[in-house]
Amino acid sequence: MRNPQLNEKGDLQHLLNVEGLPREHLVRILDTAASFVGVTERDVKKVPLLRGKSVFNLFFEPSTRTRTTFEIAAKRLSADVINLNISTSSQSKGETLLDTIDNLAAMHADMFVVRHAASGAAHLIARHVAPHHHVINAGDGRHAHPTQGLLDAYTIRHYKSDFSRLSVAIVGDILHSRVARSLIHALNILGTPDVRVIAPQTLLPTGVAQLGVRVFHNMNEGLRDVDVVVMLRLQNERMKGPLLPSAQEFFKCYGLTAEKLALAKPDAIVMHPGPMNRGVEIDSSVADGGQAVILPQVTFGIAVRMAVMSILGGGS
Amino acid sequence: MSVTLPDAEKVYTDLLARLKPAVTGETVMVGIQTGGAWVAERLHRDLGIAAPLGTLNISFYRDDYSSSGLHSNVRPSQIPFDVNGKRMLLVDDVLYTGRTVRGAMNELFDYGRPDTIDLVVLVDRGERQLPICAQFVGATVTVPKGAKLDLRRDDSGRLSLHLEEK
Amino acid sequence: MKIHVKGGRLVDPKNRVDAARDLFIAEGRIAGVGASPGGFKADRTIDATGLMVMPGLVDLSARLREPGLEYKATLDSELYAAVAGGVTSLACPPDTDPPLDEPGLVEMLTRRASSLHLAQIYPVGALTAKLEGERLAEMAMLRHAGCVAFSQADAPIKDTMVLWRALQYAATLGYSVWLRPQDPFVSREGVAHDGDVATRLGLPGIPAFAETIALATILELVRATGTTVHICRLSTATAVDMVRQAKAEGLPVTSDVGAHHVHLSEMDLGYYDSHCHLVPPLRSLRDRDALQAGVGDGTIDAICSDHTPVDEDAKLMPFSESGPGATGLELLLPLTLKWAQEKKVSIVDALARVTSEPARILKIEAGHLGVGAPADVCVFDPEIYVKVTPRSLRSQGKNTPFLGYELPGQVRYTLVAGDVTYQVETRNE
Repeated sequence: MRNPQLNEKGDLQHLLNVEGLPREHLVRILDTAASFVGVTERDVKKVPLLRGKSVFNLFFEPSTRTRTTFEIAAKRLSADVINLNISTSSQSKGETLLDTIDNLAAMHADMFVVRHAASGAAHLIARHVAPHHHVINAGDGRHAHPTQGLLDAYTIRHYKSDFSRLSVAIVGDILHSRVARSLIHALNILGTPDVRVIAPQTLLPTGVAQLGVRVFHNMNEGLRDVDVVVMLRLQNERMKGPLLPSAQEFFKCYGLTAEKLALAKPDAIVMHPGPMNRGVEIDSSVADGGQAVILPQVTFGIAVRMAVMSILGGGS
Repeated sequence: MSVTLPDAEKVYTDLLARLKPAVTGETVMVGIQTGGAWVAERLHRDLGIAAPLGTLNISFYRDDYSSSGLHSNVRPSQIPFDVNGKRMLLVDDVLYTGRTVRGAMNELFDYGRPDTIDLVVLVDRGERQLPICAQFVGATVTVPKGAKLDLRRDDSGRLSLHLEEK
Repeated sequence: MKIHVKGGRLVDPKNRVDAARDLFIAEGRIAGVGASPGGFKADRTIDATGLMVMPGLVDLSARLREPGLEYKATLDSELYAAVAGGVTSLACPPDTDPPLDEPGLVEMLTRRASSLHLAQIYPVGALTAKLEGERLAEMAMLRHAGCVAFSQADAPIKDTMVLWRALQYAATLGYSVWLRPQDPFVSREGVAHDGDVATRLGLPGIPAFAETIALATILELVRATGTTVHICRLSTATAVDMVRQAKAEGLPVTSDVGAHHVHLSEMDLGYYDSHCHLVPPLRSLRDRDALQAGVGDGTIDAICSDHTPVDEDAKLMPFSESGPGATGLELLLPLTLKWAQEKKVSIVDALARVTSEPARILKIEAGHLGVGAPADVCVFDPEIYVKVTPRSLRSQGKNTPFLGYELPGQVRYTLVAGDVTYQVETRNE
């Protein structure tokens, strides 16, 4: 089975997932992003690469933040950006997902940035579109959020440079997290020797260890001597019910406080994909503290998305 | 057709001599990656230019992006000074179609508005496709159409010209 | 019409026959095997030289999508697909729209089906009204209308009290109950086997214990009530073991497996192939191997097609939103032959799983070719491999994970009650 992200020549055609991304493609995205970080510091924060191209942001699941970062990235590449928030209710009126895609393709879309609640939605679209269209997965169900995984990897590389000696701990709701899956794959591809997940059993998928991680249920053990702590967002609807008794209890066991962070290496960095639940997964003193690199993540995220779009959009 | 290429080090010496009278305390210099930046590094030092050297990577401004894609190994551009109102020397190794210079000027204007830009090239091989000419030229060479003329730099920093016929 | 099926290799599992024998058919029944009955004059002779002659296949689960879901398939299309696949008897589950919980619906269905003169259908009635798992359906009246057993199809009975009472009531009347074991709570929202592949693809999982928890409940209730229960669509290794033990204990249970599950596993999901979105989910390779072993040793009595035509639009969806199921009537024979080849199972033992065994579970006289049996016959060429394509399938459902595969066995003639209902003309008779 051919890697659905690559064309016959082995070039990147779509970005659907970090898993299965050849290392050289991953590194190239990070290197290119580094150049774009420079662009965003100039007077004119724009380059003409995607002039005349149309990027359609298709958000079947609302997310102002992610949509905005893709929009800014596309605009800084001089693309025309069209934002479509498609509620699933309008879908149930009869038009199928692929009908929607066909319609937009007929409007000469060049690139689709897709966010969808169902795992595999971006793969389905990528399989369907003509070869001159590109699909970027902006989050599909629990499966993948590759640009987030790449920007997390970029951030870690920026602060820690050498992956081959790092310990990285990912804490919280791994079960429902596409962010965690994408970051785990990126860290493994980049040769990180120690990737840990820390969560109660209820928030870990079956057989999570096969993704290439060490499993911890206890924060105090899992955080010991790590270089990077990645906190995940806990969705409101999961805070009480069969997964967890309450947000308060989750914070007590798995929330990141200054005392728990002290178990990590003194120069450890703290990351969070946002938006944060202060007092649920992270204490404000940590979120606003000197070890947090949560805002730089956002800045790097735009450069990483510019890199992905410019690599996909070039060539014929 | 056999071509005798000039010695790049000799050409460099000639170019340096031509540039000396044109440089003032206000001059700033920008080299185009990668060959232009090598030449610019030498000129910047040998001319004693006060402002730090800038480098441009024009990958984001190339007009063949939609056919060839983004070039790999994109090293960031670095312009460590304010370009507004400056008298600028823009340095490249080989002047050929003029498309690289166009891309470089487009990028420079995204940093600001220089007062003047003079183009400095080690060699001019002709075959221009755009209305662009250099103000300072080390040497003019004639090479077969379509051949690839490259500047190389060895470990000791010596520059040399190479021709690759297709 | 008297028919002489001549020169073929007769495989009749129930009667343990695998030999070169002619078949003589008169008045819709088998009139003679091997030797011509006295005074037999054939109106038609079918040359079966080089072909296998077997009882028509008996399929324990084929959704015909009538009533209510005609956009997916119709009786005409699916019963033709059945005979094209050599299937002459089939049981249809009650999950139509509305479900088969009223005698009128059942009568209409059987009348429509018999007017088509294709495969015979045996409706399985709803065990509870509207399949809602709350009130018992009118089983005696449904039985009278033609239902051969009672089932919930894939709809759960969440309340164990209702399941207990339903089994007691069915036992009282001497009816069989067909149940697919799946705990509705732990499988909630699940679309794939809760294992490595679902974790990697981020698909909500259905744990293997969803099946075994429900199966344990069913087996306890069988112990308590003595009801004859047929366990449908086993998918896990542990459940196969549990059925094996229950049978050893002497409980009145039988079981089947879907033909797809004999061959495929979670690995076949690839990058979200919605054709592999099946109910129950495709499980691990270890489970698949245990199912094969279970079919081999008879723990699993029958292989069924679990034929589920799904329209193309419903498959062109993200995996979890796509319509589950696969078309299967025309693949039941090829997939059974493929299993027999791969596992070196004798042809008699293999074909028993799609003829005499399911007929025994249905309690019908079809499924064998002894003298006096209904002349439901499938004549096929075992040497030909047929490529599965949307065009090659007569079913309205083109949804199968086996698209593009070349599978063994080409059906040449299908006879139902002595009438040729399907034939492929490839040479002169």
